[in-house]
Amino acid sequence: MSSVARIWVYLSATPLLWLTATLVAFQAGAWIFARAHHHPLANPVPIAVAVLIALLSATGTPYETYFDGAQFVHFLLGPATVALAVPLYQHRAEVKRALLPMAAALVAGAIVSIVSAVVIAKACGASPETLASLAPKSVTTPIAMGISEQIGGLPSLTAAFVIATGIIGAVLATPLLNLLGLRDWRGRGFGAGMAAHGLGTARAFQVHPLAGTFAGVALALNGLLTAILVPLLAGWLRGAY
Amino acid sequence: MTSTLAILLVCQLAGELVARLLRAPVPGPVLGMLLLFVVLSARPRTSAAVENGAQALLRHLSLLFVPAGVGLMRYGPRLRAEWLAISLAVVASTVLTLAVSAIVFEAVARAQARR
Repeated sequence: MSSVARIWVYLSATPLLWLTATLVAFQAGAWIFARAHHHPLANPVPIAVAVLIALLSATGTPYETYFDGAQFVHFLLGPATVALAVPLYQHRAEVKRALLPMAAALVAGAIVSIVSAVVIAKACGASPETLASLAPKSVTTPIAMGISEQIGGLPSLTAAFVIATGIIGAVLATPLLNLLGLRDWRGRGFGAGMAAHGLGTARAFQVHPLAGTFAGVALALNGLLTAILVPLLAGWLRGAY
Repeated sequence: MTSTLAILLVCQLAGELVARLLRAPVPGPVLGMLLLFVVLSARPRTSAAVENGAQALLRHLSLLFVPAGVGLMRYGPRLRAEWLAISLAVVASTVLTLAVSAIVFEAVARAQARR
């Protein structure tokens, strides 16, 4: 609570209604998460998002009005991404030792992510625009939006898919990885960052600092590789839709 | 806390400038992260100035995604029209990506350790 308060201090000198609502909704989500004994299915992000969407719909408030207040929270994503360098630096020895497993998981994960999303959606009859918007869904929003635009998708729709992917990845990561019997914090975190970018990374930091560090590395590397792969695969992808 | 934010913002700004100048397909904050890593490696003493603040920010990383998440409300009609294709693709592809990346990582790490 006290560090949320500290973040609040620099968030804004002019507290706005929707900024307050965002923090209160997240605190409510965090409270439910704690009450549920940190069960992964009670992730505070989808709870806060659902509460806020319900509130905005009930009051007939457009998203743009909401974002005028919430942008102060949104803005901190940039500095937070830069801040990932700190755990990366602290764990640099472990990261350096794991270069080979990271490279293998990076290539395999990036290809699986792009191809499976497009193939499954195509098989279910999604429109071409939806397919192109889905291809970069596992990478961080600004990279994904740029890729989407380049291959004929809708950048803002891609942003929605990226967030949905992140929420699903953050919720499912712990149960899925437990089910698979994987115990290596490095690999678990790397998988979460590969599949669910920043939200997977946030979840990984909740579980273990080493998992969070590797998730941050995966987020950055997958962003780079997907930016290269999707345009290269675009010919094949276009054949698919 | 202010020194942390200043350092993070300077790195982000430098990253944004480099990304724009080189027309790199990478967002500014990711380049900023690489830059901060280089700074920390070159001058380990900087670490003390950013450590606590950076960790406080990262502890609340998930909060920062809430405004973008609320943006899902703008896509009601399309999500409703193609809900099956979209939800199957997003859920299955996310599960596959998570599983494949973590399995490959652990398999290669074990093979490496055995050698």
